[in-house]
Amino acid sequence: MQRGRVTTAVCSLALALVLAACAGGSGTGAEKRASTAAADAFVIGVDSEPTNLNPLLGYGPEGATKIFDGLVSRDASLKLVPALAAELPDITPDGRTVTVRLRDGVHFHDGTPLTAKDVVFTYRTVLDPKVDTTVRSDLGALETVEAPDERTVVFRLKEPDVPFVQRLTLGIVPEHLLQGQDVNTAPFNTKPVGTGPFAFESWTPGERLVLKANQDYWGGAPKLERVVVAFIDDDNVRAARMEAGELDATHINPKAASRFRDRPGLTVHVIPSADYRGVSLPSKNPVTGDLAIRKALALAVDREALVRAVLDGAGAPTWGPVSPLTEWFNPAVIPTETGPDVARRILDEGGWTPGAGGVRQKDGREARLTLLYPAGDSLRKDLALAFASAAKEVGVEVEVLGLGWDVIETRMHDDPVVFGWGTPYDPDFHTYELFHSSFAGIGYFNPTFYNNPEVDRLLETGRRTLDPTARRAAYQAMQERVVADQPWAWLVYLNHVYVVRGKWTGLQRQIEPHAHGLTHGVWWNLEDWAPAS
Amino acid sequence: MTPAAPRLGVTPSPTGRSRAGRGRALVQVALRRAVWAVPVFVVVSAGLFTIGAASPFDPVRQYAGARGPSTDPAVLDQIRANWGLDRPLPEQYLTWAGNLVRGDLGPSRSLNRPVSQVITERAGWSALLVGVSLVLMLGLSLTLGTLSAWWRDTWFDRAVVAGSYVLQAAPSFWLGLAAIWVFAILLGWFPAGGLTDLDAVGPTTAAVLRHLLLPAAVLAVSQSSWFTLFVRETVLGTLREDFVTGARARGLAERTVVSRHALRAALLPYLTLAGTQLPELVTGAILVETVFNWPGLGSVSVQAALGLDFPLLAAITLLATVAVVVGNLVADLAYTLADPRVRIDG
Repeated sequence: MQRGRVTTAVCSLALALVLAACAGGSGTGAEKRASTAAADAFVIGVDSEPTNLNPLLGYGPEGATKIFDGLVSRDASLKLVPALAAELPDITPDGRTVTVRLRDGVHFHDGTPLTAKDVVFTYRTVLDPKVDTTVRSDLGALETVEAPDERTVVFRLKEPDVPFVQRLTLGIVPEHLLQGQDVNTAPFNTKPVGTGPFAFESWTPGERLVLKANQDYWGGAPKLERVVVAFIDDDNVRAARMEAGELDATHINPKAASRFRDRPGLTVHVIPSADYRGVSLPSKNPVTGDLAIRKALALAVDREALVRAVLDGAGAPTWGPVSPLTEWFNPAVIPTETGPDVARRILDEGGWTPGAGGVRQKDGREARLTLLYPAGDSLRKDLALAFASAAKEVGVEVEVLGLGWDVIETRMHDDPVVFGWGTPYDPDFHTYELFHSSFAGIGYFNPTFYNNPEVDRLLETGRRTLDPTARRAAYQAMQERVVADQPWAWLVYLNHVYVVRGKWTGLQRQIEPHAHGLTHGVWWNLEDWAPAS
Repeated sequence: MTPAAPRLGVTPSPTGRSRAGRGRALVQVALRRAVWAVPVFVVVSAGLFTIGAASPFDPVRQYAGARGPSTDPAVLDQIRANWGLDRPLPEQYLTWAGNLVRGDLGPSRSLNRPVSQVITERAGWSALLVGVSLVLMLGLSLTLGTLSAWWRDTWFDRAVVAGSYVLQAAPSFWLGLAAIWVFAILLGWFPAGGLTDLDAVGPTTAAVLRHLLLPAAVLAVSQSSWFTLFVRETVLGTLREDFVTGARARGLAERTVVSRHALRAALLPYLTLAGTQLPELVTGAILVETVFNWPGLGSVSVQAALGLDFPLLAAITLLATVAVVVGNLVADLAYTLADPRVRIDG
């Protein structure tokens, strides 16, 4: 009799579940979304969940956090505009003191007014060695931050650093909610309070984050009342849930774009990024140490074919380290003639003569290389293979090898690696560390041990010069010098692909950095979006 | 196959015992298991710690993520020192174990919150998913296995056996993706994932049940094929035994013979297996939770492992150890209830 009762219980539970599912299931999927037409909640599907929502610990240091505001932010063309600052920061002619006056009448979501003390607290906490944050690296130039009065903040720098003002996009946190706590595990990290256009409502880790419009936002209340951010790692599942009508906007794999292109009510947005993939050509390697080899390898690769075949069209060729979509780009880096014939001629002139098995040699050394890529990154693997086949065609034998980053780190000073770098913001970011001789071999910085005193000088000029025209000239010259020395073969920029449901005003494209989760992405300025009637 | 194989602490007895004596014995068994679990956990956590330290992956690099390469190595070294990773390994372990004894699970480094917060946020959802799956799995495999044995060599039996082999071979994440494709996209019957409707204000019971059914069914089905085949084999075996022949000879209906005699005898080893199956169910939950975006401990354990978040990983291991010990205990308990010949050897 005992078992009979158990069986009955199991069956009733199963039945109850099915009934509940059917009762609630009548309005799922596409029909339901179509009927509500994104009126109440706008649902974004993103592939990576932030580990915390605290700007101090690396949540959106480049801005676009929705919940927080920096002192400054960027418009669609990446120009700095004042945010919590009343006007753009004032920099002294020596480039060492930056003064910011705060906007009046700004309140945190909990109603407390924003003061200069909150700004000082934000920056001092990032500088505190006890706080486990990579943001500290961005503020390497910062020596002290003071608030001479309630509305003014003064940053003093260790040395002149003009691009420092670009770092002021960091979100400002309220001092009263974090003071005296261990920032690394504070409740604030999962229940943030900012001044941004959207206020935090709830976060079910692993599932979704819910934000609501900040009706008192200093920039005007957002038209979208509620924003739901769903965290869905898997590309296929995210595309499926977009198709099923559960999401209003999401980031998709370029391969999936064709599925969405002709759907009524859906728009596919292809947004360029300043995130490049390239091959480092270390000067310490006996083969890539030779300029002719570096030049030939860089010119032999057909980048248009890479974009077509490897990136499914979602990308753009590149010949240098600065994005052609930014004002800093120097078009002189684009070579006038490319292809295998040019590469072969350069190798002939450089003394690399064809040898046994089609592999060139010079002074008894064969042109053989091992190209490393991070195992598991299929995109970099495909790029490595394409690079190797282009090299083989001109007589340079390249063996590709997928390894973990831990092994790559021990070999990257001697062997070429498929790296990813690039930023759409100030050209100083990354290029200084990648090409200045003082950073040679420090961590991932300057892995090719590139050393050109003139480039060092130009990078220093760019960092110290206030005058925009002179700065621009320095970076233009830097690009030409670096590309002439070819310490890298820059290959392609990646495009990010999104699908958005419905028609919106305010949707603007902004060149994206590498990261494109909840912060950057087609929804970077969600607070300005409104349904197009 | 003998129905009453002896197990640790449980031996067949010809007499049985009084109800009160049995209860006391159960408590003693439970306590003994709990005491045994302590050294097991010490070995497991120390092993976890050593493997973590020997791993070529750097937890600080994982923590820095995409920002790692562009971060000043001095900043990364400072974080390493903050975490005590520059201290000798035994010292790191003892610090962690000391905090654990005081009830402090420590901070989850990769998630910037206390480990206890991660557990409270997620353990309930995992327990719900695994619990419902377990019930579905038991019901499904018992029903299908028994019917299959009863209707041996009919189309039903062949379909069940063939289907079980196919499902046994299919990985649970594949099954999950296939279920999403069929039931969420083609038919639109169930949501494709998550805990509740994405645009809902809060999780309601009906919405959670609707979101639970597909992942729970996938988890149950992916684990049940082996069980179905097992039940089928045992019932077939017992149907050939003397006592079943005796029951038939007494003129009992075939239905009664199968359900009361054959199935009941076959149930015994099954209960033991169900208890030991719990760890596999938990492992399966990791993949199913990830595919269905179910915000449980399974999906976060992947993150903890990739990020070498030792405090979080160790806490999840601790919970899993508890689940296994409790699972075995419950199986033994059920065993004594199902078979009056078995007594608990306190």
